[in-house]
Amino acid sequence: MRMPRLTAFLTATAVFVSAFTLAAQAAEEVHVLNWKGYGADEPWAVANFEKATGFKVVNDFFNSEQEMLTKIRTNPGLYDVVMINAAFNDQAMAGKLIQPIDVSKLSNYADVAKDKAGSPMLNHDGKVYGVPWVWGLTALAINEKSFDKPPTSIAEMWDPAHKGRVIIRDDAVEAVQFGALASGQNINDIKDMDAVKAKLTSLMPQIKTFWSSENDWNQMVASNQIDIGTYWSGSADRAKTHFKLPVSLVIPQEGSVAWLDAFSIPVGSKNVAGAEAFINYMIDPKFYVEWVTKVGAPVSANTKAVEALPEDAFNRKVMGSPEVAKRIQFQAPITDEQRERYLALWQELKVNVK
Amino acid sequence: MADQLATASQRGLRPALPLLLPAYLWLTVAIFLPLSAMVFFSFMTDLPLAGKEWAFTLGNYAAFFSQSLYSTLLFASLRLGLEVTLWCVVIGYPAAYVLAKVLKGRSREAIFLLVILPFWSNGLVRIFSWAMVLREGGILDTALNAVLPFKINIDLMYSYPAVIIGLVHSYVPYMVLTCYLTLQAIDDSLIEAGRSLGASRRQVLWRVIIPLSMPGLIAGSALIFVPVVGSFMEPRILGGRTGTFYGTVIEDQFVAVFNWPLGAALSFILLAVVLIILALAAPVLRRAG
Repeated sequence: MRMPRLTAFLTATAVFVSAFTLAAQAAEEVHVLNWKGYGADEPWAVANFEKATGFKVVNDFFNSEQEMLTKIRTNPGLYDVVMINAAFNDQAMAGKLIQPIDVSKLSNYADVAKDKAGSPMLNHDGKVYGVPWVWGLTALAINEKSFDKPPTSIAEMWDPAHKGRVIIRDDAVEAVQFGALASGQNINDIKDMDAVKAKLTSLMPQIKTFWSSENDWNQMVASNQIDIGTYWSGSADRAKTHFKLPVSLVIPQEGSVAWLDAFSIPVGSKNVAGAEAFINYMIDPKFYVEWVTKVGAPVSANTKAVEALPEDAFNRKVMGSPEVAKRIQFQAPITDEQRERYLALWQELKVNVK
Repeated sequence: MADQLATASQRGLRPALPLLLPAYLWLTVAIFLPLSAMVFFSFMTDLPLAGKEWAFTLGNYAAFFSQSLYSTLLFASLRLGLEVTLWCVVIGYPAAYVLAKVLKGRSREAIFLLVILPFWSNGLVRIFSWAMVLREGGILDTALNAVLPFKINIDLMYSYPAVIIGLVHSYVPYMVLTCYLTLQAIDDSLIEAGRSLGASRRQVLWRVIIPLSMPGLIAGSALIFVPVVGSFMEPRILGGRTGTFYGTVIEDQFVAVFNWPLGAALSFILLAVVLIILALAAPVLRRAG
């Protein structure tokens, strides 16, 4: 009779002890939510950060901004760091999903470009809700095998020579803003929606399929199924540097959509100190230079990080040139009403293609 | 006599309870409760998360009727369901007949295994392997061009036929299995009797075999038609720009735009339409069966 009771006691102790160690471990973990293959999950970066700080990084991923919002809404307290496009920061803050960040704890924050750090999209009531990380363009990318010299105009997408070999992202907002560029309008103030619709309607027969992740795009080029398509500047760089694909980025004369990605800390984070350390590491010049050289990346919001690149680097020379700066339009926040209108238009286009 | 029967059935229910309870408890917890929550959501303006305001509304159901987009897509999905079911009958029924009536012993087991094999692999893996076969410069294109003396260009990927091929591949085992069971149960002596009384092979097929195996055909068709109408993975991956169907729009509402109420309402409209179709078809099918 004694033995089983002793065993039970021991088992109970063991369970308690392991529960405590689990809880302790959980506090040392930093749960990061980001796009897959987008810097924060690079094995060498995670290893460097873990060695320097002792925190353990746990990565989770999303495939669309809406999915990211869904994940932080439905898992309160799970994530410590979340990467949010600045245009969505408003929505996340209004939904009480993210908390203000104490930037005095981030030693690299002072080096973030003033126009990015001071962006009204990331600052509300004098509090910082997002730390600018990188910015880039949704521009065009081409399959180098299909072009003798790179095109200069967006109109190339409508060229009958590329029929069935064009790809665009399955995203209502991106598609509508792209249509706005093609019809010569401001992406944040679209006056002539019919022109956008007409442009996109005539683009539909050109399209091979829609992409939703970098992997989709790269595979289409690797199997030589597409000539041209919309793509993100950092992804095009990565496709070339890391995956050795014949991809190059084109910033058309009509302009490009620019976006700013920032890190935020969700409400209910169990490890705010770890989150701050991780964000500070992500905007560190050393991490950025390694990311660009090894993998390929968009442009850092940290001016010191960009200056640390070689002078002829694409992210310094082209993306930093005033001539490009004139052509790009930064995405502003979009209201729910606009988003629903864009989605309705996009769905209608996709249905009518049959 | 009647009294005895009544007590027997009363007595029958109590011992049956422990046997029935686990299954019904499971159904209540795992299916009925979440589904009722979804019905509830479908009448709400927004999800009650993070202190958001919400109210009851019929707007989500009204959206279906106010925009022609949804009914167009629903018809496209119903057509897809019918086409896939038809192809499954055309391909699956003869295979089931051969398995049940022609092959015996070891060879039957081997062929049966080949039919079941797709069930053992993950659906997503199957679809991505189709993608490798169907695309331009893919396995089918290369193989045919290697054999044929003239040059042909096969690029089925990202098209309606690709969606049909992928779905038929996924669902044809259901048809083979249900038809096999009913065909196997047909007594061979009935076929022999028909033949000896002067019926031709074709007459035996139409007057004996098909009517007797009808329950299997109907069960298989229902098993295939219902999930295909709501399918979203196959159209999205294989359909490319033509891959927008009712199921993919519902998926978008849940995954892409976080409008669960509308997604739920669209799902229940689909459920209602499918139930109406099955109810309308029931008398016809019962007579046939």
